[in-house]
Amino acid sequence: MHPPRLVRIAAPLLIGALVLSACGSKKESGGSSGNKTLTIGVVAPLSGDLSAVGNGIKNSVDLAIKQANEKKTVKGYTLTMDAQDDTAKADVGATVAAKLVASSGVVGVVGPLNSSVAKSVAPVMAQADLVEISPSNSNVDLTGRGALVTGGTQVRPYKSYFRVVASDDIQGPFAAQFAVKTVMAKTIAIVHDKKAYGQGLAEAFAKEATKDGATVLKTETINPGDKDFSATITKLKAQKPDFLFYGGEYPEASLLTKQLKSAGLKIPLMGGDGVQSDEYTKIAGAAAEGDYATALGAPTDSLASAKQFVTDYAAAKYADPIGPYGAYAYDAANVIIAALAKSTASGSKSGQALRDDVTKAVQDANYDGITGKITFDQFGDTTVKVLTVYQVKSGKFVAAKTDTFK
Amino acid sequence: MDVFFQQLVNAIVLGATYGLVALGYTMVYGIVQLINFAHGEIYMLGGFGALTTYLALPSGTPAGISLPLMLVGGIAVSVTAAVIMERFAYRPLRSAPRLAPLITAIGVSVFLQELVRNFYPHARSARNFPQLVNPDYQIRLGSNVQISAPQLLTVTVALVGMVTLSTFVRRSRTGRAMQATAQDPDTARLMGIDTDRIIVTAFVLGAALAALAGVSSGLQFGQVDFHMGFITGVKAFTAAVLGGIGNISGAVLGGFILGLVEVMATQYAPDPFSGGAWKDAWSFVVLIIVLVFRPTGLLGERVAARA
Repeated sequence: MHPPRLVRIAAPLLIGALVLSACGSKKESGGSSGNKTLTIGVVAPLSGDLSAVGNGIKNSVDLAIKQANEKKTVKGYTLTMDAQDDTAKADVGATVAAKLVASSGVVGVVGPLNSSVAKSVAPVMAQADLVEISPSNSNVDLTGRGALVTGGTQVRPYKSYFRVVASDDIQGPFAAQFAVKTVMAKTIAIVHDKKAYGQGLAEAFAKEATKDGATVLKTETINPGDKDFSATITKLKAQKPDFLFYGGEYPEASLLTKQLKSAGLKIPLMGGDGVQSDEYTKIAGAAAEGDYATALGAPTDSLASAKQFVTDYAAAKYADPIGPYGAYAYDAANVIIAALAKSTASGSKSGQALRDDVTKAVQDANYDGITGKITFDQFGDTTVKVLTVYQVKSGKFVAAKTDTFK
Repeated sequence: MDVFFQQLVNAIVLGATYGLVALGYTMVYGIVQLINFAHGEIYMLGGFGALTTYLALPSGTPAGISLPLMLVGGIAVSVTAAVIMERFAYRPLRSAPRLAPLITAIGVSVFLQELVRNFYPHARSARNFPQLVNPDYQIRLGSNVQISAPQLLTVTVALVGMVTLSTFVRRSRTGRAMQATAQDPDTARLMGIDTDRIIVTAFVLGAALAALAGVSSGLQFGQVDFHMGFITGVKAFTAAVLGGIGNISGAVLGGFILGLVEVMATQYAPDPFSGGAWKDAWSFVVLIIVLVFRPTGLLGERVAARA
């Protein structure tokens, strides 16, 4: 008696799906005042632990679209936004990416926030040649840079994937130059958590620090989830380092810096953007004072060019703050809008032809954004590699130095 | 040599926590042959119980008053959880095949973690735990060997807990009834021992010791989180097996050996197998070697197979 029951359940679901898809296709047809509608998609975590950052990205894209509609940047078209929640999970990312690809009105996507999600979103987008610009991904493999680290040749894996921030293989050396040349570290201890992000960052740091003349101690490793690092600290202490670089994320880093200082090894800890979190200073408390962390891009409030954006964002009264990547999402959306303006100028195109054209236009982009000039290399990486070192002062990460990596 | 003695101190602190939690595994196993995989979560609940007690106290309560109250609060939460767990998850399965309660235990473990994650305020990320015992206060044991105040507290609490338990089991009436039930539950029942009550007692004692470990972990690291019981639980279970599961002295011995192997492997293991990430591999190498030569663990006795 099972098949009939299955049909009973499946039939309403099927009808529901058809109704929903009908709603979806309604959006694509022409808007008011004779203008045609084009849609920019957003893939970001809009719920869960990272929702504040994700909503900052969504709101910034929303702002860029509203401004473009007011200024009629893309003549003859009204732009709309289709924001999808990836919940910071790779599998959900793949599903919502397929949804955006299937909706023919979508001509460009901003996102996602997480590199892990990007790895499942980018292949789907690339297959449809739908342009995707991430405001925050740093994983080396997304643009094939991983091959460079191991000495191979870089091959672009996803032809429609772009990002406006620098990757991890830049972040490590950037941190090393700061540690050796600015902090004047002589003997550097290195600890990482053996995860792809942490180990990659720590190895890139060690290589550059050695090149710059510092003594780098033998790398120590810990397990993510561990709490007691006393054995590792005792081992390091005997070698008298004056600086410690940690490749990994804030939960372990905050405990490490705390136990480091309790054990009498009062040296600064430096980490990557995985450490640069309010949680780090919250957990580590006074022990974090003077510690460093690098982050991608420049802090939004330090950008003179972003002042107008910050004012406009505040005026729009969004529920969530701009967040660390809002300004980059705003620029990413504007790059897509500029590409749309260029692609539609020479005549009305639609569907795949338009998507192909937009991807080409983004590749050739030369856009003066609020975070700086935006151009892409042949692999989809930004050519301007701006990073910032933050230092903990009075319990908060404060920007210590923003620079372009050379 | 300073480094060696400092690592020895680190090992004793680590081993004390493992031993304290391992006692809960070993007692329950000794009496009902159940590997209670939710025991790590009882440890976690002890930490959260103490945190709740602290937050309920008026701010400015001196540490001398709040600390004992936090221990009591942590123990109360852990024990309550253990009693409910035994009554509603394990007792109905007492005569079921051995696999059923084992799978149930894993379910209870996931349930308790998710309960705390979803319903304890702000428990999705780690919660700060009050550092009533200053970790920067170091007691010198040698020219270059030191132990921090919370580490010393952990060791003290563990030793007091272990000695009390051992005395209780050997000297008290209930303790002897526990031994009898472990040796032969059917005969024990015939002799007038209320075995249901004895089983609950084993869960209660194990939970109280786990709570002590949970609170001292909170004090030592300044935070508690919903998944802290998982890794500690796995390590403590390993310690219990290493020492001979079912044997109380064995759990303590296993805890200290595991702590020692982990710490010394971090310091002295040859390249490329050194460092913190390999310490667990070394622990299991030791476990395997012990089990090859003594399948019942270091102090485990050969138990006749039950019908």
